[in-house]
Amino acid sequence: MTSGCPLPTEPSGTIQLGHGGGGRLCRQLLETLILPILGTPAGGAQDAALLPAQAGPLAFTTDSYVVRPLEFPGGDIGSLAVYGTVNDLAMVGAQPLALSLGLILEEGLPLATLERVLRSVRAAAERCGVAVVTGDTKVVERGKADGMFLNTAGIGRLAHNLAIGPAAIRPGDALLVSGDLGRHGVAILAARHELGFSSPLPSDLAPLHEDVQALLAAGLDLHGLRDLTRGGLAAALDELAAAAGLDMLVLEEAVPVAAAVRGACDLLGLEPLAMANEGRFLVTLPDSQAEAALALLRRLQPTAKRIGQVEGPGRGQVRLENALGVRRRLDPGRGEQLPRIC
Amino acid sequence: MSQRLDPPQVAQVQALLASIRARLTRPWTLMEVCGGQTHAILRHGLDQLLPPELELIHGPGCPVCVTDAAVIDRAQALAATPGVLLCTYGDMLRVPGSSGIDLLTVRSGGGRVRIVYAPLDVLAIARAHPELTVVFLAVGFETTAPATALLAHRAWSEGLTNLKLLVSLVRVPPALEAILAEPEARVQGFLAAGHVAAVMGLAEYEPIAQRHRVPIVVTGFGALELLEGVLRCVSQLEQGEHRVENAYLQGAPDSGNGAAQALIERVFAPCDRLWRGLGVLRLSGLCLRAPYVALAADGPHQSAASTEATPLAPEEPVCLSGRVLQGLARPTDCPSFGTHCSPDRPLGAPMVSSEGACAAYHRYRP
Repeated sequence: MTSGCPLPTEPSGTIQLGHGGGGRLCRQLLETLILPILGTPAGGAQDAALLPAQAGPLAFTTDSYVVRPLEFPGGDIGSLAVYGTVNDLAMVGAQPLALSLGLILEEGLPLATLERVLRSVRAAAERCGVAVVTGDTKVVERGKADGMFLNTAGIGRLAHNLAIGPAAIRPGDALLVSGDLGRHGVAILAARHELGFSSPLPSDLAPLHEDVQALLAAGLDLHGLRDLTRGGLAAALDELAAAAGLDMLVLEEAVPVAAAVRGACDLLGLEPLAMANEGRFLVTLPDSQAEAALALLRRLQPTAKRIGQVEGPGRGQVRLENALGVRRRLDPGRGEQLPRIC
Repeated sequence: MSQRLDPPQVAQVQALLASIRARLTRPWTLMEVCGGQTHAILRHGLDQLLPPELELIHGPGCPVCVTDAAVIDRAQALAATPGVLLCTYGDMLRVPGSSGIDLLTVRSGGGRVRIVYAPLDVLAIARAHPELTVVFLAVGFETTAPATALLAHRAWSEGLTNLKLLVSLVRVPPALEAILAEPEARVQGFLAAGHVAAVMGLAEYEPIAQRHRVPIVVTGFGALELLEGVLRCVSQLEQGEHRVENAYLQGAPDSGNGAAQALIERVFAPCDRLWRGLGVLRLSGLCLRAPYVALAADGPHQSAASTEATPLAPEEPVCLSGRVLQGLARPTDCPSFGTHCSPDRPLGAPMVSSEGACAAYHRYRP
C-alpha cells in the first residue's frame, strides 16, 4: 500500500498509512518500536527466518485475532495472539519452537497502544519460552480495522508418541476440564460495557502447554485434548463427539462455573457452557487415569474437574444431565451470540 | 433464579412433584403463557417429571414470535433507508419477514441495524447521531412497555427530533381470551407470568377467570416457582374452583406497579393488533397516543385511532408456528421441525426467539 502524498518525516503519535508502505516510516517503525521490543533474529532481519533442524515430527498452526476491545481485564490482543497459538500447538501435545506475527494496523492507532501490545506479545512469548522470529506489518485506512488485527502462526515439536485425536477416544473415557468455565467471555462482555455492570472477573487467558506437558510427562494415555475457546465446552464436546462417533454424557452439576460467571449468564440468558475461554481445555483419557490427571491439573488450576464420560457408539451426541436426573441435548449454539471475542 | 438447583432445592422439587401427584385424580391441561416459563420447564425437564396425565402446553408469550411479518418488513425497509439507523433487540435480527430475509441480511447488505439491550439505550444513540434518524423497533408485552414509554416520554420532553418509534407492543389478556375462544381450545388453567403481573397486577385476569371458569396462577421462572404454580392450579381444578392466584415468590403485589401503569397509560392507548398465528385481536396492542404519536416511525396511521391491520404475510406451508402459538400443536408435531426448520435456518419465529417454543424443544430435547 502506498500513498501519493509526501509523508511527514517524523512519526506522530499515531499510526499513519506510510507506516505500512515499505518506505522510511515503515523502517522507522520496525527499527524504533517493533524490533527493539520483539528482538532481531540472530542472523539479522531477512525475508524469512531460519530454524534449526528437528528430529521428530513438527506441528504447525495459525490463527487470527480480532478481539474488541484490544485491551481487557486479564490480557490484551497481544497476549491472546501468543497464548492462542501456543495453546493450539499444546492441543496436539507440541512444545512451541517459533512464532510469526502479522500486524494489520488501522490508521490513527496510537503508537502507545501498539507499544503496549508489542510488550505484551514479548512477555507472553517469554513466558512460553518461544520467540517471534518473523513478521509483517500492514496499515489500512481509518475505519477499516478496529485498531489492529493480529495473526500468529506457530511451529512446535511433538514431544510424545501418542495418537491424540477423536479417533483415539474410547467408550468409558473420562471427560475432564482444566478449570472453571466462561471467564473470558464474561470479561470481554464487561469490558464492552454490555453487561450493564462491571465484573471483577479477569479473563482466564493463559498458556496451556505446561499443563499438557505435565500430563504427558506423567505417562498418561491422553486420548483427546481440546482448547475450549470460541463456543466453549458445548462446541468443543459437540465437535469431538461427532468426530469420534461416540455419545457423551456431562453432569451439569459437575461443570465448574464461577458464581460471577453464572450470575452474568443468568442475567443475559447466555449458556455458561457455551461461553468462551482462553486458558481452559478438555481432556479425554481412560477412566482409570482420571484421578491422576485431575491431581496434576489441580496443581495448576484448583478448579479442574471431572465433568462426565464418553458413552458407547451412537449418533455422536452430547447430553447434559441436570440435578433432577433429566437429560437434555447440549446445544452448541450458532456461534454468533458473542462476536469478536478473540 | 439461578438455572442450577442445589441439593435442598432438588429435595423441594421432589416434594412438590409428590404433592402434585397426590392431588391429581384425572387428566388436566395447563398452559404456561410466557416463553420464559416454557424455556425453564424444558431446561429443567419438568414436563418429563410431571405425571403424564398433566399436560403442559406452551403459550404465545414470546414477543418476537407474535410480531407480524409486516412489522418486520417495515423495519427492514427503514433499516435499508439511507440516513436511518434501526435499533432493536438481538432476537429480532433473525426473524424472517414476508420475503424470507431477516434484518441480519439487510445489515450485511449495508443497512444500519444496531442491537440494544434496553429501550433507554436508544436515547444516547440518538443524541450521539444527530445526523441519523434513529428508529427503535419496540416489541414486547407489558413488561417492556414501561421502559419504551419512558423512552418516548424522554425523547418528547427533550425535543429529540431524530428519534422515532416503530411500536408493536402487545398485551397478554386479549391473547388469553383469544386462546380460550378457539373452538379447539384445550386449556383448562393458565400459569401466567410473574413479571407481567409485577407491572399490571392481577385485576385484568379476574374477568377472564370468571367468564371462562379457568384458574389463573401467576408464577415465577424458577423450577420451584413453576411447580408451586402447577400445584395451585391443579388444586383449584380438582376442587372445581377458578380463581386468580399469585404464586410469584419474588413478590408481585396484587395491584402491580402503579407508576409503571401510569406511564403506559400516559404514552400508549390500547389498539387492535395483528398477531402472528392468532390474527387480529381487539385492543390487544399498545399504540402511541397524542402527543407522543408524533414519534411514530410510521406516521399517524399507526395511532390508537386506527383499527386497521395489515394481512398476515403468507407463511411457509410446512410451518405450524401459528398452531404452536395457539397451543394447538407441539413443536414436534410440525413436519419441518428439526429437518427443514432449525435455529440456524428458521421457517417461523418460534424457532428464532430465545423465548420461542420451537427453539426450546430444539435446544433441550435429546
